[in-house]
Amino acid sequence: MDSLYFLIPIAVALVAFAVKLFFWAVNNGQYDDLETEGRRILFEDDVQNQPAADSDKEK
Amino acid sequence: MTSSCYHCGLPVPAGSNHSVVIEGAARDMCCPGCEAVATAIVSGGLDGFYRYREKQSDRPEQAQPRDRWTAYDLPEVQQQFVHDWDGGSKMAALLIGGITCAACVWLIEKHLGHLAGVGKVSVNASTQRAQIVFDPEQIKPSQLFEALERIGYRPAPATAANRENVIQAEHRAALRRLGVAGLGTMQVMMFAIALYFGAGSDGVGEFERYFRWVSLLVATPVVFYAARPFFSAALRSLRARHLSMDVPVSIAIGLAYGASFYATVFGTGEVYFESISMFTFFLLLGRTVEMRARHRAGLASGGLAQLLPMTAARYQGDEVVHVPVAALVAGDRILLRPGDTIPADGEVLEGESGVDESLLSGESALQQKLVGSPVYAGSVNGDSSLTVRVTAAGQSTRLSAIERLVERAQLDKPAQVALADRVAGVFVGVVLLAAVGAFAVWWQLDPSRAFWVALSVLVVTCPCALSLATPAALASATLRLQELGLLVAGGSLLETLPRISRVVFDKTGTLTRGEPRILEIQLMRDGWAEQRVKDVAAALESQTHHPLARAFRAWRGNLTASKLKVHTGRGLEGQIEGVDYRLGRADFAAPEILAQPQGEGQWLLLADGGGPIAWIALGDQLRETARDAVHQLEKLGLSVELLSGDQSNEVQRLASQASIAHFRAGASPEDKLSHMQQLQAGEEKVLMVGDGLNDVPVLSGADASVAMMSAADLAQSRADAILLNGDLQVLPQAISLARKCRQIVRQNLAWALGYNAIALPLAVCGLVPPWAAAIGMSASSLVVVLNALRLSRANASTESADSSVPGMQAHHAN
Repeated sequence: MDSLYFLIPIAVALVAFAVKLFFWAVNNGQYDDLETEGRRILFEDDVQNQPAADSDKEK
Repeated sequence: MTSSCYHCGLPVPAGSNHSVVIEGAARDMCCPGCEAVATAIVSGGLDGFYRYREKQSDRPEQAQPRDRWTAYDLPEVQQQFVHDWDGGSKMAALLIGGITCAACVWLIEKHLGHLAGVGKVSVNASTQRAQIVFDPEQIKPSQLFEALERIGYRPAPATAANRENVIQAEHRAALRRLGVAGLGTMQVMMFAIALYFGAGSDGVGEFERYFRWVSLLVATPVVFYAARPFFSAALRSLRARHLSMDVPVSIAIGLAYGASFYATVFGTGEVYFESISMFTFFLLLGRTVEMRARHRAGLASGGLAQLLPMTAARYQGDEVVHVPVAALVAGDRILLRPGDTIPADGEVLEGESGVDESLLSGESALQQKLVGSPVYAGSVNGDSSLTVRVTAAGQSTRLSAIERLVERAQLDKPAQVALADRVAGVFVGVVLLAAVGAFAVWWQLDPSRAFWVALSVLVVTCPCALSLATPAALASATLRLQELGLLVAGGSLLETLPRISRVVFDKTGTLTRGEPRILEIQLMRDGWAEQRVKDVAAALESQTHHPLARAFRAWRGNLTASKLKVHTGRGLEGQIEGVDYRLGRADFAAPEILAQPQGEGQWLLLADGGGPIAWIALGDQLRETARDAVHQLEKLGLSVELLSGDQSNEVQRLASQASIAHFRAGASPEDKLSHMQQLQAGEEKVLMVGDGLNDVPVLSGADASVAMMSAADLAQSRADAILLNGDLQVLPQAISLARKCRQIVRQNLAWALGYNAIALPLAVCGLVPPWAAAIGMSASSLVVVLNALRLSRANASTESADSSVPGMQAHHAN
């Protein structure tokens, strides 16, 4: 049971780290637009030039 | 009729020949506007947009004068929305109307990214803001605006940036608090469970003390950081000598924390850290949802339809110079081209034109302006150029007078006291009395336990369920309404809606589309088909900015006209395939005198050298959903009324079409407001639905108000809710949802009070240990939250049927 004296401070430190990480994310605007970012991965990026877009469509 | 526009989803009128090849197939388009936008998107290689999008796009406005955006290149104007960025480049903050889903963000970022000189583009779909980094050497702001307009969006400079920063800061602070409360709660709960199982009743063991200290450590930031808004709100409400829900919340959190702190330090009594943390977390969650809805509404109305242009064309000598509107003073001479919004009140010096004052007065017909006529800021010049001497600018315009009327109306607005706040007052009193009573009694019996019993009274009766009862239901109903297409901006709307007894509609743009349509064509010459008449008229109207010309948009381009000439206030002439045509008033189009046909709408005559060809009736058309909406509202037991600033018998025609029995025409903004106040004096609760600037005072004065999405900016910012999709049937759905919401709030309050009624005596008797208090509190909160969640699943269509029953009862009770 004595290990608790050691483990719980580690857990608390981890939580403090998580809170710090969360603050960093919020202050960086990571949560400002929840709608777009999740879908961005679905949009294909290789439509910079027409031929690429066309060949892509034929797949 | 047969198909809908691939771009905007509106029906494609028969005979319209607009289409664009998208992804290998020709897609029908409803108008040249959609066609141009779709062509621009496809030719930019961005047709993937149509695959990605989840909602139809907005219908683009008709083509505007080319040089419309050049004003934004003026340094004085740029100052308001362009900021320096590193490396000599600049950053423009824009507000973009028409963003419907994530695919729009992709389209805008890609389209602008292709332009030479544009650096980083970031678009936020939920705030409809874009930040564009550009190189001023290579590209001007006006080109950015033009590029956005070409792909169908409505750009405007984001000059309200300060407010936006405030909103963003508030939003981020709320998220940080939520994060601290959430993570803190999880930790403290973990320790609490260890305490529940490990702690015997026999004194305080070494481990228990250890766990208490750790819990204290974790709960402290939750109380002092995450729960701070409750303390400051409670302080504010106490200063205002008013008991809001924040007061019992703060007392509970503050006392429970203080007592637990004492218990931890001195190793006696009970600790309640887990209850405090969870309570804070749940409350913050409800408030954050509510705040997000409010912010979204605030941002959506953040200047989409700007009332005044940013620049005016001022004469300096004989030269026309673009100057910022703020620089205009009385006495300046300004030039107004067709389609311009008038920047200041003035008097016509030169020219004749029809001016659209519908935004100000509600009158839908164009007002003919001659030399000497007054013109008002905010109205739109119609068909030809005017030279105007400014008589009043800035704060002294009629527009500003309406704004002042709005402020007065808001002061007179019936006060709403939230149900929860009324209950809170009583509840706080009872609980405090009970705690003091328990303390007094136990002091006699067993002084050592008196303090702990009094504290457990406060914690057990913790207003958790009670204070969650309303916000949980409101948040859930707000989200559901947003799905239906009604953006709730005013927190009190959901509490007011169930009590509404009368719905008052504005006409133009609210009950109707605010756009003229062809109602009827009467052919007068053999060999002409209706389609041919439409094509000829569309060709003739193709160059004008007259509002009626919009009726012919769909057929524009089927024929080409040359030698077009506008005769202000009378009509136009032009040549098509070698034949001269005239379209306009009967006495203008044809030499002989003709009797205008009986029938609805405004009649135009099409004629050529050989005499009259056809009569065309134009009129504003009812929204498809208007009739059903009125019917459903009446079924819910509400009376419906039409209140319009329009003089014409249009009002009567539309009222009968929508089957509205009560209507009033020709009402000025002041009339509307006094009519509303008369109704309110007669014990009516009024819901006002409107869109124009002339409706703003009455929107602000009504018990509840809804503005259309296309509404003037000011109207949106003063309304309690914004109807996003123009579907009026959402209104009856919203009212029945609000009734259901009220029902659930009542159930929740009853449950919370019932729970407290049982827990209070037990706590007074000293029978409730901390673990039981925590379980009771969690269980009662959970019940309240789950009950509220039923609202977000409520099926709107069936719901209007079954909740019409309480509605009818309410009606009979009245």
